[in-house]
Amino acid sequence: MTRRTVLWAGLCAAAVLLIVLGVVNGGSRDVFAKAVKICSECIGLG
Amino acid sequence: MAKRGRLPLTRRLIQLYAALLYNAHLRGFAEGKIYTGSLKNLCVPGLNCYSCPGAVAACPLGALQNAISASADRPAFYVVGLLLLFGLLLGRVICGFLCPFGLIQELLHKIPTKKVKKSPLTRKLSRLKYVILLVFAVAIPAWFALKNLPLPGFCKYICPAGTLEGAVLLLLHPANGALRAMTGGLFWWKLTLLATILTACVFVYRAFCRFLCPLGALYGLLSRLALLGVKVDAGRCTDCGACVRVCPMDIRRVGDRECVQCGTCISVCPTRAISFRAGKIVLHGAALQERRLP
Repeated sequence: MTRRTVLWAGLCAAAVLLIVLGVVNGGSRDVFAKAVKICSECIGLG
Repeated sequence: MAKRGRLPLTRRLIQLYAALLYNAHLRGFAEGKIYTGSLKNLCVPGLNCYSCPGAVAACPLGALQNAISASADRPAFYVVGLLLLFGLLLGRVICGFLCPFGLIQELLHKIPTKKVKKSPLTRKLSRLKYVILLVFAVAIPAWFALKNLPLPGFCKYICPAGTLEGAVLLLLHPANGALRAMTGGLFWWKLTLLATILTACVFVYRAFCRFLCPLGALYGLLSRLALLGVKVDAGRCTDCGACVRVCPMDIRRVGDRECVQCGTCISVCPTRAISFRAGKIVLHGAALQERRLP
């Protein structure tokens, strides 16, 4: 196993851990709450 | 020159499928309303405004800015984790295959006009997207988060995908007269910027991706680690430079952070050193054809 593979696997594990922590701390709910409303900034209404 | 193979057609089909999949809520276009189902807990990997009437999931860049804006309440673990995972698995394959705005830019570039070729100037301009990532997508949301004001700087002042997919498609619908009445200076600024970017894309290949897109910049930082993408067999490469010359992006080497992994270079490599791989598995390229020979 090369050093690059180990780094890649470690970062993937960190990414999955962050996603799980994000779901637990309500981060995914924040994404949902923003995405189901019309984003006034995105469409240029301020 | 080697036979071109079927990658360009396959790539175009994947781009179309991705654009349709990201915007599969077709009823939204008819009703002028956005999708509000549970899929919006997730982000798609490419740039696709969540205020597009067809969007079935969230935009990762918009979600990142909002997560930074809310970081005083909770750390932005979820979106950072998703972006990291997308980058590690797919890297800038997302830009080349899975970005609806990339597809729009490529189609505009097919309009037959005189084209602006890559040069030392375009290579310098390609660094601008890293500044935009840092200033508009990270620093401005973080600065205003300290004052408890959510301000997604890139979405608000720059994002042409939001203007095209969100603003234009929503505001054109007869049911959204109230929204049209709210348009002001900011809207006209974004519409002018969108028109400028789309016009530039007719003459300059993927002008927005190359010079302005912070999402591409972010994935570019991870592209050397990405599992999927165009890889060069160093043992076969003769450094002839044919791959860099044929590439329309501002790359220095195949697979670097400016490379959108489109695979155009695969067919021009005289030593068949380039292939499209997922880790060690060859998905496309001369190396695969050689393995299939008896």
